[in-house]
Amino acid sequence: MIGNGWKEALEGLPYILQGTWVTLAVVFGALALGLVLGLVLAVGHVYGKPAVRRGIGLYVWFFRGIPLLVLLFLFYFGILGALKLELSPFVVAIIVLGLISSAYQSQIIRGAIKSLPEGQMKAARAIGMSDRQAIVFTILPQALRLAIPGWSNEYTVILKDSAVTYALGVAELMTRAHHVAARTYQHFWLYILVGIIFMVLTFCGTRAMAMIEKKVAIKGYSR
Amino acid sequence: MDEFLFLRQEVAPALMSGLWMSIRLILPSAVCGLALGVLVGVLRIYGNHFLKALVGTYVLFFRGFPLLVQLYLWYFGLPHVGIYLSPYMAAVIGFSLCSAAYHSEYVRGAILSIKKGQMMAAKSLGFSHTGAIFYIILPQAIRRALPGSGNELIYLIKYSSLAYMVTCIELTGEGKILASAYFKYMEIFMIVGAIYLLMVSLATWGLNRLEDFVAVPGFERIHD
Repeated sequence: MIGNGWKEALEGLPYILQGTWVTLAVVFGALALGLVLGLVLAVGHVYGKPAVRRGIGLYVWFFRGIPLLVLLFLFYFGILGALKLELSPFVVAIIVLGLISSAYQSQIIRGAIKSLPEGQMKAARAIGMSDRQAIVFTILPQALRLAIPGWSNEYTVILKDSAVTYALGVAELMTRAHHVAARTYQHFWLYILVGIIFMVLTFCGTRAMAMIEKKVAIKGYSR
Repeated sequence: MDEFLFLRQEVAPALMSGLWMSIRLILPSAVCGLALGVLVGVLRIYGNHFLKALVGTYVLFFRGFPLLVQLYLWYFGLPHVGIYLSPYMAAVIGFSLCSAAYHSEYVRGAILSIKKGQMMAAKSLGFSHTGAIFYIILPQAIRRALPGSGNELIYLIKYSSLAYMVTCIELTGEGKILASAYFKYMEIFMIVGAIYLLMVSLATWGLNRLEDFVAVPGFERIHD
């Protein structure tokens, strides 16, 4: 059974590989949504009023404390049903993964902002920048560069978590592997195959991030 | 009032049995994962070439594969090579092997952060190599690995929900069955989510206590 199983599994490869684009679309959609929300949350967490900080803390606690699968079910079956909204599983996957990622990314960016010397803010204020200008033009350009290694890690986490969206039937890698497995009964080889595809995507992504980190580094400004 | 009766007679018993199953998944996986993780972490530093390569490959694959893929491999894949696991066993083995790979990275990093002089001092006091690792290096390293490994335990609590995907009916699974039967997705998954939040918060609190408890006076690391 093992002998020729992998050949049959390999025949399903083209079909599974089409799922790469769906997986990547979910991952990058979620990362982008998470970045936009996370950035706002991080700035609010560092510079906001106590009430704002508490609210953001609660948000982060909520999205970091509930399993992805439960949130997917809650949104797809619960909230969409209550709102009488019709969204595709693909969109729900991006929204839920994006909300979770925003909680984690806010902590990555917050850490990066906190690691900057206090003098940066004071100097920016001293040369006449407003608080907002100082954050946008002085603090964030530095903090976002420092956040790149954290993002690289977040990419690998979201990439692997995206396999769970199979529970809603999003046509990504895992779902497609399952389709082929249901037809050929080569579960063993197919799941190894799909795992290796995930590993390749992880490797390419972290490599790309390391290259970006080098590219945006400011000369003479190494820490 | 009907709502209350429904909660007490239908929801509570099902979710309680689900919670019990979740705990039966989390605790053994946490213990096995941690023990194996420490062993793998030690081997990655002190093992011979062959062992280093072996555990290095193990960590590469088990950190690289999504957990769901690993669970499917154990539950749906292994029967093809003649090994049949119950959903519960597949989940516990899957969780343990996956979290051990992550724990090993924290332990490895912690061991590397211990100064070389500790090993030399231990040996000059007459410890054997293995003795020095177990009595001098590891007690310090595990304390340093605790924040990272603690995080991994929190992840394990959340990822235990994936056991539902390999038909091991735990908290999420019971919730899904209830919600589908009574068409009350919103309420049920809110309750299920709240239970996970409670577990995660309790574990976070407990781990912080543990960190303070095992801290060696004079060896504290500065918290931020």
